[in-house]
Amino acid sequence: MAGPKKAGAGNRLERNDRLIRLALLVVAFSAVSVLLVITVFIVGQGTPIMFRYGFKSFLAGSDWYPSEKLFGLWPMIVGSLFVTAGALAIGVPFGLSCAIVLTEFASKRVRGLIKPVIELLAGIPSVVYGFMGVVILVPFIRRTFGGPGLSVLAASIILGVMILPTVISISVDALQAVPPSYREGSIALGATRWQTVKMVLFPAARSGIIASIILGMGRAVGETMATIMIAGNAAEIPRSLLAPVRTLTSNVALEMGYATGEHREALFATGVVLFVIIMVLNTIANATSAKRRKAP
Amino acid sequence: MSDIAIEIRGFSQYFGQVRKINGLDLDVRRHEILGIIGPARSGKSTFLCALNRLNDLVRGSRHEGAIVVEGRDIYAPDVDVVELRRRLGMVFATPVPLPRSIYENVAFGARRAGVRRRDELDAIVRDSLEKGGLWEEVLDRLESSGQKLSGGQQQRLCLARILAVKPEFILLDEPTSGLDPISTMKIEESLRRLKKDYTIILVTNNTKQAARVADRTAFFLNGGLVEVGPTAKIFTAPDDRRTDDYLRGRFG
Repeated sequence: MAGPKKAGAGNRLERNDRLIRLALLVVAFSAVSVLLVITVFIVGQGTPIMFRYGFKSFLAGSDWYPSEKLFGLWPMIVGSLFVTAGALAIGVPFGLSCAIVLTEFASKRVRGLIKPVIELLAGIPSVVYGFMGVVILVPFIRRTFGGPGLSVLAASIILGVMILPTVISISVDALQAVPPSYREGSIALGATRWQTVKMVLFPAARSGIIASIILGMGRAVGETMATIMIAGNAAEIPRSLLAPVRTLTSNVALEMGYATGEHREALFATGVVLFVIIMVLNTIANATSAKRRKAP
Repeated sequence: MSDIAIEIRGFSQYFGQVRKINGLDLDVRRHEILGIIGPARSGKSTFLCALNRLNDLVRGSRHEGAIVVEGRDIYAPDVDVVELRRRLGMVFATPVPLPRSIYENVAFGARRAGVRRRDELDAIVRDSLEKGGLWEEVLDRLESSGQKLSGGQQQRLCLARILAVKPEFILLDEPTSGLDPISTMKIEESLRRLKKDYTIILVTNNTKQAARVADRTAFFLNGGLVEVGPTAKIFTAPDDRRTDDYLRGRFG
Protein backbone atom coordinates (compact mmCIF):
# COMPACT_ATOMS: atom_id res chain seq x y z
CA MET A 1 0.00 0.00 0.00
CA ALA A 2 2.91 2.32 0.78
CA GLY A 3 4.31 2.09 -2.73
CA PRO A 4 1.70 3.96 -4.80
CA LYS A 5 1.31 6.61 -2.10
CA LYS A 6 5.00 7.38 -2.24
CA ALA A 7 4.91 7.54 -6.01
CA GLY A 8 2.01 10.02 -5.77
CA ALA A 9 3.99 12.27 -3.45
CA GLY A 10 6.94 12.01 -5.78
CA ASN A 11 4.81 13.08 -8.73
CA ARG A 12 3.46 16.03 -6.85
CA LEU A 13 6.96 17.15 -5.88
CA GLU A 14 8.09 16.68 -9.42
CA ARG A 15 5.20 18.77 -10.68
CA ASN A 16 6.02 21.55 -8.21
CA ASP A 17 9.60 21.39 -9.31
CA ARG A 18 8.57 21.80 -12.95
CA LEU A 19 6.31 24.72 -12.09
CA ILE A 20 9.01 26.51 -10.13
CA ARG A 21 11.51 25.95 -12.88
CA LEU A 22 9.05 27.39 -15.39
CA ALA A 23 8.35 30.42 -13.19
CA LEU A 24 12.07 31.10 -12.76
CA LEU A 25 12.58 30.76 -16.49
CA VAL A 26 9.87 33.35 -17.13
CA VAL A 27 11.43 35.75 -14.65
CA ALA A 28 14.89 35.25 -16.12
CA PHE A 29 13.56 35.68 -19.62
CA SER A 30 11.72 38.88 -18.76
CA ALA A 31 15.05 40.50 -17.85
CA VAL A 32 16.44 39.48 -21.21
CA SER A 33 13.29 40.55 -22.99
CA VAL A 34 13.63 44.09 -21.65
CA LEU A 35 16.94 44.30 -23.47
CA LEU A 36 15.27 42.84 -26.53
CA VAL A 37 12.43 45.38 -26.42
CA ILE A 38 14.87 48.27 -26.06
CA THR A 39 16.96 47.03 -28.94
CA VAL A 40 14.00 46.51 -31.24
CA PHE A 41 12.48 49.87 -30.34
CA ILE A 42 15.66 51.93 -30.79
CA VAL A 43 16.68 50.16 -33.96
CA GLY A 44 13.13 50.39 -35.33
CA GLN A 45 12.92 54.13 -34.63
CA GLY A 46 16.49 55.01 -35.51
CA THR A 47 17.51 53.06 -38.58
CA PRO A 48 14.99 54.28 -41.22
CA ILE A 49 16.47 57.74 -41.24
CA MET A 50 19.96 56.29 -41.53
CA PHE A 51 18.90 54.43 -44.64
CA ARG A 52 17.18 57.52 -46.05
CA TYR A 53 20.22 59.79 -45.67
CA GLY A 54 22.86 57.09 -46.09
CA PHE A 55 25.08 55.63 -43.39
CA LYS A 56 28.09 57.54 -44.57
CA SER A 57 26.60 61.00 -44.28
CA PHE A 58 25.19 60.00 -40.93
CA LEU A 59 28.30 58.57 -39.32
CA ALA A 60 31.01 60.54 -41.08
CA GLY A 61 29.19 63.83 -41.63
CA SER A 62 30.67 66.56 -39.50
CA ASP A 63 27.70 68.95 -39.49
CA TRP A 64 24.83 68.64 -37.10
CA TYR A 65 22.17 71.19 -37.99
CA PRO A 66 18.85 69.44 -37.50
CA SER A 67 16.86 72.48 -38.67
CA GLU A 68 18.62 72.28 -42.05
CA LYS A 69 18.27 68.50 -42.22
CA LEU A 70 22.01 67.96 -41.66
CA PHE A 71 22.48 65.02 -39.34
CA GLY A 72 26.23 64.33 -39.13
CA LEU A 73 27.10 62.40 -35.96
CA TRP A 74 30.88 62.34 -36.41
CA PRO A 75 31.61 65.19 -33.94
CA MET A 76 29.60 63.43 -31.24
CA ILE A 77 31.22 60.06 -31.92
CA VAL A 78 34.66 61.65 -31.65
CA GLY A 79 33.51 63.55 -28.58
CA SER A 80 32.35 60.42 -26.77
CA LEU A 81 35.57 58.59 -27.61
CA PHE A 82 37.78 61.49 -26.49
CA VAL A 83 35.97 61.99 -23.23
CA THR A 84 35.92 58.26 -22.48
CA ALA A 85 39.60 57.84 -23.32
CA GLY A 86 40.41 60.84 -21.13
CA ALA A 87 38.36 59.45 -18.27
CA LEU A 88 40.15 56.11 -18.52
CA ALA A 89 43.56 57.80 -18.74
CA ILE A 90 42.82 59.51 -15.44
CA GLY A 91 40.63 56.99 -13.65
CA VAL A 92 42.45 53.72 -14.39
CA PRO A 93 45.95 54.58 -13.09
CA PHE A 94 44.49 56.21 -10.00
CA GLY A 95 41.97 53.45 -9.45
CA LEU A 96 44.45 50.60 -9.84
CA SER A 97 47.05 52.24 -7.62
CA CYS A 98 44.41 52.81 -5.01
CA ALA A 99 43.26 49.18 -5.25
CA ILE A 100 46.83 47.94 -4.81
CA VAL A 101 47.43 50.17 -1.82
CA LEU A 102 44.17 49.07 -0.23
CA THR A 103 44.77 45.34 -0.68
CA GLU A 104 48.52 45.07 -0.26
CA PHE A 105 49.98 47.93 1.70
CA ALA A 106 47.32 49.62 3.81
CA SER A 107 46.73 48.58 7.40
CA LYS A 108 43.32 47.26 8.34
CA ARG A 109 42.38 50.57 9.94
CA VAL A 110 43.27 52.66 6.91
CA ARG A 111 41.39 50.24 4.66
CA GLY A 112 38.35 50.40 6.92
CA LEU A 113 38.46 54.16 6.62
CA ILE A 114 39.04 54.50 2.87
CA LYS A 115 36.89 51.76 1.40
CA PRO A 116 33.51 53.02 2.63
CA VAL A 117 34.42 56.53 1.48
CA ILE A 118 35.15 55.25 -2.01
CA GLU A 119 31.90 53.34 -2.05
CA LEU A 120 30.14 56.52 -0.99
CA LEU A 121 31.66 58.18 -4.05
CA ALA A 122 29.57 55.84 -6.21
CA GLY A 123 26.39 56.97 -4.52
CA ILE A 124 26.81 60.68 -5.24
CA PRO A 125 24.33 61.72 -7.98
CA SER A 126 26.02 62.67 -11.24
CA VAL A 127 24.41 66.10 -11.16
CA VAL A 128 26.48 66.84 -8.05
CA TYR A 129 29.67 65.89 -9.88
CA GLY A 130 28.55 68.15 -12.71
CA PHE A 131 27.87 70.95 -10.26
CA MET A 132 31.32 70.62 -8.69
CA GLY A 133 32.76 70.69 -12.20
CA VAL A 134 30.93 73.84 -13.15
CA VAL A 135 31.68 75.67 -9.92
CA ILE A 136 35.28 74.64 -9.29
CA LEU A 137 36.94 72.79 -12.16
CA VAL A 138 35.69 74.76 -15.16
CA PRO A 139 36.71 78.21 -13.80
CA PHE A 140 40.04 76.70 -12.73
CA ILE A 141 40.75 75.41 -16.24
CA ARG A 142 39.62 78.70 -17.77
CA ARG A 143 41.98 80.66 -15.53
CA THR A 144 44.96 78.34 -15.78
CA PHE A 145 44.93 77.08 -19.37
CA GLY A 146 42.61 79.53 -21.14
CA GLY A 147 39.70 78.59 -23.40
CA PRO A 148 36.09 78.38 -22.30
CA GLY A 149 36.81 75.96 -19.47
CA LEU A 150 33.89 73.80 -20.53
CA SER A 151 36.04 71.24 -22.31
CA VAL A 152 37.24 67.73 -23.05
CA LEU A 153 39.69 68.11 -20.19
CA ALA A 154 37.05 69.08 -17.63
CA ALA A 155 34.78 66.23 -18.69
CA SER A 156 37.66 63.74 -18.63
CA ILE A 157 38.68 64.72 -15.12
CA ILE A 158 35.17 64.59 -13.70
CA LEU A 159 34.37 61.29 -15.45
CA GLY A 160 37.74 59.94 -14.35
CA VAL A 161 36.71 60.57 -10.76
CA MET A 162 33.26 59.13 -11.37
CA ILE A 163 34.61 55.80 -12.62
CA LEU A 164 37.02 55.48 -9.67
CA PRO A 165 34.61 53.61 -7.38
CA THR A 166 33.83 51.09 -10.14
CA VAL A 167 37.48 50.51 -11.01
CA ILE A 168 38.61 50.39 -7.38
CA SER A 169 35.96 48.16 -5.86
CA ILE A 170 36.08 45.55 -8.63
CA SER A 171 39.89 45.53 -8.75
CA VAL A 172 40.04 45.23 -4.98
CA ASP A 173 37.72 42.22 -5.15
CA ALA A 174 39.85 40.68 -7.88
CA LEU A 175 43.09 41.23 -5.95
CA GLN A 176 41.63 39.93 -2.72
CA ALA A 177 40.42 36.82 -4.52
CA VAL A 178 44.03 35.86 -5.31
CA PRO A 179 44.84 33.00 -2.94
CA PRO A 180 47.13 34.13 -0.09
CA SER A 181 49.40 31.18 -0.91
CA TYR A 182 50.46 32.98 -4.13
CA ARG A 183 51.62 35.90 -2.04
CA GLU A 184 53.46 33.71 0.46
CA GLY A 185 55.02 31.66 -2.32
CA SER A 186 56.30 34.73 -4.06
CA ILE A 187 57.60 36.36 -0.91
CA ALA A 188 59.28 33.13 0.18
CA LEU A 189 61.10 33.20 -3.17
CA GLY A 190 62.68 36.46 -2.12
CA ALA A 191 60.39 38.80 -4.03
CA THR A 192 59.59 42.19 -2.54
CA ARG A 193 55.99 43.31 -1.98
CA TRP A 194 56.04 45.36 -5.17
CA GLN A 195 57.55 42.55 -7.26
CA THR A 196 54.87 40.28 -5.88
CA VAL A 197 52.17 42.71 -6.96
CA LYS A 198 53.67 43.19 -10.40
CA MET A 199 54.65 39.64 -11.26
CA VAL A 200 52.11 37.53 -9.38
CA LEU A 201 49.03 39.40 -8.23
CA PHE A 202 48.41 41.39 -11.40
CA PRO A 203 48.60 38.39 -13.74
CA ALA A 204 46.45 36.37 -11.35
CA ALA A 205 43.80 39.07 -11.04
CA ARG A 206 44.00 40.15 -14.66
CA SER A 207 40.54 39.16 -15.77
CA GLY A 208 38.94 40.96 -12.83
CA ILE A 209 41.00 44.06 -13.43
CA ILE A 210 40.06 44.10 -17.10
CA ALA A 211 36.42 43.71 -16.09
CA SER A 212 36.75 46.71 -13.79
CA ILE A 213 38.12 48.79 -16.67
CA ILE A 214 35.34 47.66 -19.01
CA LEU A 215 32.69 48.60 -16.50
CA GLY A 216 34.38 51.94 -15.84
CA MET A 217 34.45 52.52 -19.59
CA GLY A 218 30.76 51.71 -19.83
CA ARG A 219 30.02 54.21 -17.13
CA ALA A 220 32.09 56.92 -18.85
CA VAL A 221 30.50 56.35 -22.26
CA GLY A 222 27.01 56.35 -20.81
CA GLU A 223 27.31 59.27 -18.38
CA THR A 224 25.05 62.11 -19.46
CA MET A 225 24.23 64.67 -16.81
CA ALA A 226 27.77 65.51 -15.71
CA THR A 227 29.00 65.74 -19.31
CA ILE A 228 26.18 68.05 -20.32
CA MET A 229 27.07 70.37 -17.47
CA ILE A 230 30.81 70.58 -18.06
CA ALA A 231 31.71 69.49 -21.60
CA GLY A 232 30.42 72.59 -23.37
CA ASN A 233 28.18 70.67 -25.78
CA ALA A 234 29.33 72.34 -28.99
CA ALA A 235 28.57 69.96 -31.83
CA GLU A 236 32.01 70.28 -33.40
CA ILE A 237 35.06 68.09 -33.53
CA PRO A 238 37.28 69.29 -30.65
CA ARG A 239 40.61 70.70 -31.80
CA SER A 240 42.30 70.47 -28.42
CA LEU A 241 41.79 69.25 -24.87
CA LEU A 242 40.50 72.70 -23.99
CA ALA A 243 37.83 72.80 -26.69
CA PRO A 244 34.20 72.15 -25.83
CA VAL A 245 32.74 68.85 -26.94
CA ARG A 246 29.38 67.11 -27.21
CA THR A 247 28.98 63.40 -26.53
CA LEU A 248 26.40 61.06 -28.03
CA THR A 249 24.50 60.85 -24.78
CA SER A 250 24.45 64.63 -24.38
CA ASN A 251 23.15 64.95 -27.92
CA VAL A 252 20.10 62.84 -27.14
CA ALA A 253 19.42 64.37 -23.75
CA LEU A 254 19.79 67.97 -24.89
CA GLU A 255 17.48 67.80 -27.86
CA MET A 256 14.95 65.07 -27.16
CA GLY A 257 12.70 67.51 -25.32
CA TYR A 258 11.77 69.50 -28.38
CA ALA A 259 12.69 67.28 -31.32
CA THR A 260 9.99 66.22 -33.75
CA GLY A 261 9.85 64.36 -37.04
CA GLU A 262 13.16 63.54 -38.65
CA HIS A 263 15.09 65.33 -35.92
CA ARG A 264 13.56 62.96 -33.41
CA GLU A 265 14.41 60.00 -35.59
CA ALA A 266 17.98 61.27 -35.86
CA LEU A 267 18.23 61.24 -32.07
CA PHE A 268 17.10 57.65 -32.03
CA ALA A 269 19.79 56.98 -34.61
CA THR A 270 22.25 58.54 -32.16
CA GLY A 271 21.03 55.96 -29.68
CA VAL A 272 21.70 53.20 -32.19
CA VAL A 273 25.28 54.42 -32.66
CA LEU A 274 25.80 54.60 -28.91
CA PHE A 275 24.43 51.10 -28.58
CA VAL A 276 26.76 49.75 -31.25
CA ILE A 277 29.81 51.52 -29.79
CA ILE A 278 29.20 50.03 -26.37
CA MET A 279 28.67 46.58 -27.85
CA VAL A 280 31.90 46.85 -29.87
CA LEU A 281 33.94 48.11 -26.89
CA ASN A 282 32.66 45.31 -24.71
CA THR A 283 33.34 42.70 -27.35
CA ILE A 284 36.90 43.91 -27.89
CA ALA A 285 37.59 44.02 -24.18
CA ASN A 286 36.07 40.59 -23.60
CA ALA A 287 38.00 39.10 -26.49
CA THR A 288 41.35 40.43 -25.28
CA SER A 289 40.77 39.25 -21.74
CA ALA A 290 39.71 35.82 -22.99
CA LYS A 291 42.75 35.57 -25.25
CA ARG A 292 45.09 36.53 -22.45
CA ARG A 293 43.52 34.06 -20.11
CA LYS A 294 44.14 31.30 -22.60
CA ALA A 295 47.83 32.16 -22.95
CA PRO A 296 50.11 30.75 -20.23
CA MET B 1 84.72 26.77 9.84
CA SER B 2 82.46 24.67 12.00
CA ASP B 3 79.90 22.43 10.41
CA ILE B 4 77.03 24.23 12.13
CA ALA B 5 75.06 26.23 9.55
CA ILE B 6 72.18 27.45 11.71
CA GLU B 7 72.16 27.92 15.48
CA ILE B 8 68.88 28.47 17.25
CA ARG B 9 69.27 29.72 20.82
CA GLY B 10 66.42 30.15 23.28
CA PHE B 11 64.03 31.01 20.49
CA SER B 12 60.36 31.69 21.23
CA GLN B 13 57.72 32.81 18.77
CA TYR B 14 54.51 34.55 19.76
CA PHE B 15 51.45 35.53 17.71
CA GLY B 16 49.65 38.05 19.88
CA GLN B 17 49.20 36.29 23.23
CA VAL B 18 49.73 32.81 21.82
CA ARG B 19 53.15 31.22 22.19
CA LYS B 20 53.81 28.80 19.32
CA ILE B 21 57.49 28.06 19.99
CA ASN B 22 58.93 27.98 23.45
CA GLY B 23 62.64 28.42 24.15
CA LEU B 24 63.98 26.32 21.31
CA ASP B 25 67.67 25.32 21.15
CA LEU B 26 68.75 23.50 18.01
CA ASP B 27 71.68 23.30 15.58
CA VAL B 28 71.42 22.57 11.90
CA ARG B 29 74.52 21.10 10.30
CA ARG B 30 75.77 21.96 6.85
CA HIS B 31 74.72 19.58 4.05
CA GLU B 32 72.46 17.45 6.14
CA ILE B 33 68.81 16.65 5.82
CA LEU B 34 67.30 17.48 9.17
CA GLY B 35 63.90 15.85 9.57
CA ILE B 36 61.42 17.49 11.93
CA ILE B 37 58.55 15.39 13.19
CA GLY B 38 55.87 15.98 15.76
CA PRO B 39 52.11 16.11 16.15
CA ALA B 40 49.96 18.90 14.77
CA ARG B 41 50.40 22.28 16.51
CA SER B 42 53.81 21.31 17.82
CA GLY B 43 55.39 24.37 16.16
CA LYS B 44 57.11 22.65 13.23
CA SER B 45 55.78 24.92 10.49
CA THR B 46 56.10 28.02 12.66
CA PHE B 47 59.74 27.06 13.16
CA LEU B 48 60.35 26.92 9.38
CA CYS B 49 58.60 30.26 8.90
CA ALA B 50 60.79 31.75 11.63
CA LEU B 51 63.91 30.74 9.72
CA ASN B 52 63.03 32.79 6.64
CA ARG B 53 61.09 35.38 8.66
CA LEU B 54 57.83 34.62 6.90
CA ASN B 55 56.27 34.94 10.36
CA ASP B 56 56.89 38.68 10.05
CA LEU B 57 53.88 38.84 7.72
CA VAL B 58 51.54 37.76 10.50
CA ARG B 59 50.10 40.60 12.51
CA GLY B 60 51.15 40.60 16.17
CA SER B 61 54.19 38.42 15.49
CA ARG B 62 56.93 38.70 18.12
CA HIS B 63 59.97 36.63 19.07
CA GLU B 64 62.58 36.14 21.77
CA GLY B 65 66.02 34.58 21.51
CA ALA B 66 68.22 34.30 18.46
CA ILE B 67 68.51 32.45 15.18
CA VAL B 68 72.02 32.62 13.76
CA VAL B 69 72.46 31.65 10.12
CA GLU B 70 76.09 31.30 8.98
CA GLY B 71 77.27 33.48 11.83
CA ARG B 72 74.69 36.25 11.56
CA ASP B 73 71.58 36.84 13.64
CA ILE B 74 68.76 36.97 11.12
CA TYR B 75 66.69 39.25 13.34
CA ALA B 76 69.43 41.88 13.51
CA PRO B 77 68.15 45.24 12.29
CA ASP B 78 70.50 45.49 9.30
CA VAL B 79 69.46 42.14 7.81
CA ASP B 80 67.99 42.29 4.29
CA VAL B 81 64.87 40.16 4.68
CA VAL B 82 64.33 39.73 0.95
CA GLU B 83 67.89 38.47 0.57
CA LEU B 84 67.41 36.17 3.57
CA ARG B 85 64.33 34.59 1.99
CA ARG B 86 66.26 33.99 -1.18
CA ARG B 87 68.97 32.16 0.79
CA LEU B 88 66.43 30.01 2.62
CA GLY B 89 64.11 28.74 -0.09
CA MET B 90 60.81 27.33 1.09
CA VAL B 91 58.50 24.70 -0.39
CA PHE B 92 54.98 24.65 1.03
CA ALA B 93 52.63 21.78 1.78
CA THR B 94 50.25 22.79 -0.98
CA PRO B 95 52.08 23.34 -4.23
CA VAL B 96 51.28 26.82 -5.51
CA PRO B 97 52.54 27.32 -9.03
CA LEU B 98 52.12 30.94 -10.00
CA PRO B 99 49.48 31.46 -12.68
CA ARG B 100 52.08 31.49 -15.44
CA SER B 101 53.95 29.09 -17.70
CA ILE B 102 56.25 26.38 -16.35
CA TYR B 103 59.20 28.34 -17.74
CA GLU B 104 58.11 31.60 -16.12
CA ASN B 105 57.49 29.90 -12.79
CA VAL B 106 61.11 28.80 -12.65
CA ALA B 107 62.51 31.97 -14.23
CA PHE B 108 60.54 34.15 -11.79
CA GLY B 109 63.19 34.29 -9.09
CA ALA B 110 66.06 34.64 -11.52
CA ARG B 111 64.36 37.51 -13.34
CA ARG B 112 63.72 39.12 -9.99
CA ALA B 113 67.42 38.82 -9.24
CA GLY B 114 68.18 40.72 -12.43
CA VAL B 115 68.97 37.99 -14.96
CA ARG B 116 67.76 39.31 -18.32
CA ARG B 117 69.60 37.40 -21.04
CA ARG B 118 67.45 34.71 -22.60
CA ASP B 119 70.23 32.12 -22.87
CA GLU B 120 71.17 32.57 -19.20
CA LEU B 121 67.54 32.19 -18.19
CA ASP B 122 67.19 29.10 -20.39
CA ALA B 123 70.20 27.55 -18.70
CA ILE B 124 68.92 28.34 -15.20
CA VAL B 125 65.46 26.97 -15.97
CA ARG B 126 66.86 23.77 -17.40
CA ASP B 127 69.37 23.26 -14.60
CA SER B 128 66.77 23.90 -11.91
CA LEU B 129 64.18 21.61 -13.47
CA GLU B 130 66.79 18.87 -13.79
CA LYS B 131 67.77 19.20 -10.14
CA GLY B 132 64.12 19.21 -9.17
CA GLY B 133 63.67 16.00 -11.17
CA LEU B 134 61.04 17.44 -13.50
CA TRP B 135 62.95 18.32 -16.68
CA GLU B 136 62.32 15.06 -18.54
CA GLU B 137 58.57 15.34 -18.05
CA VAL B 138 58.10 18.94 -19.14
CA LEU B 139 60.90 19.71 -21.60
CA ASP B 140 58.51 19.79 -24.56
CA ARG B 141 55.86 21.97 -22.92
CA LEU B 142 57.68 24.64 -20.97
CA GLU B 143 55.23 27.26 -22.21
CA SER B 144 52.10 25.57 -20.90
CA SER B 145 50.63 26.68 -17.59
CA GLY B 146 52.31 25.51 -14.41
CA GLN B 147 48.87 24.98 -12.94
CA LYS B 148 48.03 22.25 -15.45
CA LEU B 149 50.64 19.88 -14.04
CA SER B 150 49.70 17.06 -11.67
CA GLY B 151 50.05 17.65 -7.93
CA GLY B 152 53.40 15.84 -7.73
CA GLN B 153 54.75 17.66 -10.75
CA GLN B 154 53.58 20.98 -9.32
CA GLN B 155 55.46 20.26 -6.11
CA ARG B 156 58.64 19.46 -8.02
CA LEU B 157 58.08 22.64 -10.02
CA CYS B 158 57.96 24.56 -6.75
CA LEU B 159 61.18 22.87 -5.70
CA ALA B 160 62.83 23.77 -9.02
CA ARG B 161 61.56 27.32 -8.65
CA ILE B 162 63.37 27.58 -5.33
CA LEU B 163 66.58 26.14 -6.78
CA ALA B 164 66.57 28.75 -9.55
CA VAL B 165 67.32 31.50 -7.06
CA LYS B 166 70.39 29.57 -5.80
CA PRO B 167 69.54 29.28 -2.12
CA GLU B 168 71.83 27.80 0.51
CA PHE B 169 69.06 26.15 2.47
CA ILE B 170 65.89 24.39 1.41
CA LEU B 171 62.99 24.45 3.85
CA LEU B 172 60.24 21.97 3.13
CA ASP B 173 56.91 22.11 4.94
CA GLU B 174 55.26 18.71 4.55
CA PRO B 175 56.09 18.71 0.85
CA THR B 176 54.47 15.37 0.12
CA SER B 177 51.40 15.51 2.35
CA GLY B 178 49.05 15.70 -0.63
CA LEU B 179 50.92 13.40 -2.98
CA ASP B 180 50.72 9.78 -4.05
CA PRO B 181 53.54 7.37 -3.12
CA ILE B 182 55.28 7.55 -6.49
CA SER B 183 55.39 11.36 -6.52
CA THR B 184 56.55 11.22 -2.92
CA MET B 185 59.35 8.87 -3.90
CA LYS B 186 60.45 11.20 -6.70
CA ILE B 187 60.61 14.16 -4.34
CA GLU B 188 62.60 12.14 -1.82
CA GLU B 189 65.03 11.09 -4.55
CA SER B 190 65.51 14.72 -5.51
CA LEU B 191 66.19 15.63 -1.89
CA ARG B 192 68.85 12.94 -1.50
CA ARG B 193 70.56 14.24 -4.63
CA LEU B 194 70.34 17.86 -3.49
CA LYS B 195 71.88 17.17 -0.11
CA LYS B 196 75.47 17.52 -1.30
CA ASP B 197 74.88 21.12 -2.40
CA TYR B 198 72.28 22.31 0.06
CA THR B 199 71.32 22.11 3.69
CA ILE B 200 67.78 20.78 3.91
CA ILE B 201 65.21 21.03 6.67
CA LEU B 202 62.25 18.76 6.13
CA VAL B 203 59.12 19.09 8.24
CA THR B 204 56.97 16.04 7.82
CA ASN B 205 53.90 14.43 9.33
CA ASN B 206 54.97 11.17 7.83
CA THR B 207 57.47 9.74 10.31
CA LYS B 208 58.48 7.05 7.82
CA GLN B 209 59.55 9.78 5.44
CA ALA B 210 61.92 11.17 8.06
CA ALA B 211 63.23 7.65 8.59
CA ARG B 212 63.82 7.28 4.84
CA VAL B 213 65.59 10.53 4.00
CA ALA B 214 66.69 12.44 7.11
CA ASP B 215 70.25 12.23 8.44
CA ARG B 216 69.15 13.54 11.79
CA THR B 217 65.65 13.84 13.15
CA ALA B 218 64.23 16.28 15.66
CA PHE B 219 61.04 15.59 17.58
CA PHE B 220 58.92 18.64 18.42
CA LEU B 221 56.13 18.71 20.97
CA ASN B 222 54.03 21.66 22.15
CA GLY B 223 56.36 24.23 20.63
CA GLY B 224 59.54 22.76 22.11
CA LEU B 225 62.26 20.33 21.11
CA VAL B 226 62.01 16.98 22.88
CA GLU B 227 65.13 15.50 21.37
CA VAL B 228 67.29 15.51 18.28
CA GLY B 229 69.75 12.88 17.08
CA PRO B 230 70.78 10.61 14.24
CA THR B 231 67.66 9.29 12.55
CA ALA B 232 68.51 5.65 13.25
CA LYS B 233 68.85 6.35 16.95
CA ILE B 234 65.64 8.38 17.20
CA PHE B 235 63.67 5.63 15.51
CA THR B 236 65.21 2.68 17.35
CA ALA B 237 66.42 3.86 20.73
CA PRO B 238 65.15 7.37 21.55
CA ASP B 239 66.24 8.83 24.88
CA ASP B 240 62.85 10.31 25.69
CA ARG B 241 59.79 8.17 26.31
CA ARG B 242 57.51 10.71 24.58
CA THR B 243 59.43 10.25 21.31
CA ASP B 244 58.97 6.54 21.53
CA ASP B 245 55.26 6.94 22.30
CA TYR B 246 54.75 9.25 19.31
CA LEU B 247 56.60 6.98 16.90
CA ARG B 248 54.60 4.00 18.08
CA GLY B 249 51.38 5.94 17.64
CA ARG B 250 50.45 6.01 21.32
CA PHE B 251 49.50 9.68 21.11
CA GLY B 252 49.46 12.61 18.76
